[in-house]
Amino acid sequence: MTAPLLSVRNLVVEYPVAGKTLSAVADVSLEVGKGETLGLVGESGCGKSTLGRAVLQLRRPTAGKVVFDGTELTGLAAEKMRLMRRRLQLIFQDPIASLNPRRTIGDIVAEPLIIAGVSDKAERDRRVREVLTAVGLDADLVSGRLPHEFSGGQCQRVCIARALILEPELVICDEPVSALDVSIRAQILNLLEDMKRRYGLTLLFIAHDLAVVKAVSDRIAVMYLGKLCEVGPTEKLFAQPAHPYTALLLDAIPVPDPSVKPATNLSVGEPPSPLAPPSGCRFRTRCPRADAVCAEVVPSLREIADGQFAACHHPLV
Amino acid sequence: MSAPLLSVEGITVDLPTPRGPLRAVDGVDLTLAPGSTLGIVGESGCGKTMLSRAVLQLLPKRAKLGGRIMFAGRDLVTLQPEELRRLRGPELAVVFQDPMTSLNPVLTIGTQIVETLQAHLGMDTVTAMRRGVELLAAVGIPAPEQRLRQYPHQLSGGMRQRVAIAIALSCEPKLLIADEPTTALDVTVQAQILDLLAREQQRRHMAMILITHDLGVVAGRTDEVAVMYAGRVVERAPTPKLFTRMRMPYTEALLAAIPKLDSPPHTPLPAIAGRPPDQTRPLKGCSFEPRCRYADDHCRSAKPPLADPERAGGLFACWHPL
Repeated sequence: MTAPLLSVRNLVVEYPVAGKTLSAVADVSLEVGKGETLGLVGESGCGKSTLGRAVLQLRRPTAGKVVFDGTELTGLAAEKMRLMRRRLQLIFQDPIASLNPRRTIGDIVAEPLIIAGVSDKAERDRRVREVLTAVGLDADLVSGRLPHEFSGGQCQRVCIARALILEPELVICDEPVSALDVSIRAQILNLLEDMKRRYGLTLLFIAHDLAVVKAVSDRIAVMYLGKLCEVGPTEKLFAQPAHPYTALLLDAIPVPDPSVKPATNLSVGEPPSPLAPPSGCRFRTRCPRADAVCAEVVPSLREIADGQFAACHHPLV
Repeated sequence: MSAPLLSVEGITVDLPTPRGPLRAVDGVDLTLAPGSTLGIVGESGCGKTMLSRAVLQLLPKRAKLGGRIMFAGRDLVTLQPEELRRLRGPELAVVFQDPMTSLNPVLTIGTQIVETLQAHLGMDTVTAMRRGVELLAAVGIPAPEQRLRQYPHQLSGGMRQRVAIAIALSCEPKLLIADEPTTALDVTVQAQILDLLAREQQRRHMAMILITHDLGVVAGRTDEVAVMYAGRVVERAPTPKLFTRMRMPYTEALLAAIPKLDSPPHTPLPAIAGRPPDQTRPLKGCSFEPRCRYADDHCRSAKPPLADPERAGGLFACWHPL
């Protein structure tokens, strides 16, 4: 792996909930190399979005470090962080809700430039036109129009344009295609890949759908109830999942082939409440391989095969 | 095939818009045998939800409906509101996409189940409560007695959808319409909910219409699939046949756009270029023509009918089938 652009070390993010403490992210460490796409996968409530936000300091971590290109973001003063955000951008799940309904597409995409102090209007217009064209929109047709005049897929293109206009180095994509139809999803995934090449981006791609994550990621990190279960190169993780939870996620993907019978008896139930996570391994209540050790000892992430790490007492490989 | 439970003939749905009437459903014919499952697949705006709303007689007030909907020997279009009300529940039931908005947030789960059982089956409260516990247990909800006292917001999305399914199944309907029942859910929960629907359907010999935008969802779980595009059914065939030999280029494109588990990372996806046509401005020829790689002049000038010219057991609407 190339030198990490982003390094997250022992990150803890806690929320106070009804007098109790919810550990949304419980001691997570990971690295994203320059130019790499790391896929972060897990079910709703596993902490993947919180992790993304904590990287950007939109939610200040309770403990741990976030180091971006040699600078530690966790201790950074607000003003310095504001400047740093030009190099880190975020794309959200709901493209329509994340655009101001009363402003034109041209204004929305130009706003980061205004905040960054680009005072020359002609220069701003030129860059807006350039980035809109890059994301596959006709600048002349769309600039003066409002978000409601566009479909979800087109709004997501606008969001991507807005995220890219300051030419950031790291883009965190939080479920960027889960609100989109299958056909539009493919267009946006292809666009993200093109933009990654064109702008030399590093991506942290957060999603719950392993098939989508596979299409774009070099490495994948699987998260469950605030902890990482498995991290590894994409192909290896798919060919040989080491953690039973990764295997469960893989089995749950609907295959568009009627001769493949859908897997039944997938580990029953849903994740337990993160307010009261199980002792030991957090996945043990749904795990077919769980035994006494799993209830007592928290498994640590260890190297199972070359570059493949799993936090499991009884890995599948 | 046995006598159809549902037979939809020449359904059209027109919605008024500032740009003129929008033809959301454009002449759809469908039949469904008792106990069988039909998958309806298509992109947002293809008319799949409007078609199901037409069957349920739950169209927006300003929508204009044409055609006939025969259900168990009656034409639903001509039924009086009171007759329709009696039909919903014991004969026709629905599960919507978003279980948060389809459950009443200020009533407990128990109240909502009991209300249904009392209104449609005339049960007394005690019997209805007991039945409610059985129903929640049947859809895989742990500790059902406690759940009855809880409100929807206290349940996860998957659990809420199980409750919605329990309510839909409570009066033993002959037909269940599931409109994107798992789109708002996680993959593992999606698999569980689809299993649950399949199991209950077989057990009750209930017919089901499963509406989704994902061909992967219908592949293993339906008897027949109808693919919709721009308000029309463009291909319809028994599920195994559709997947082994699809004839309509749109179906092929829809399938190709799903990320494949066996292709390596960074493989560009064959996306369908462009977007569906503006249905306030119907095209003269095939609606898919502007996005189709096989299209020619004939496709632009004449609309292909949904037919089975080769008598091969599958219908498609295309001048240049695959």
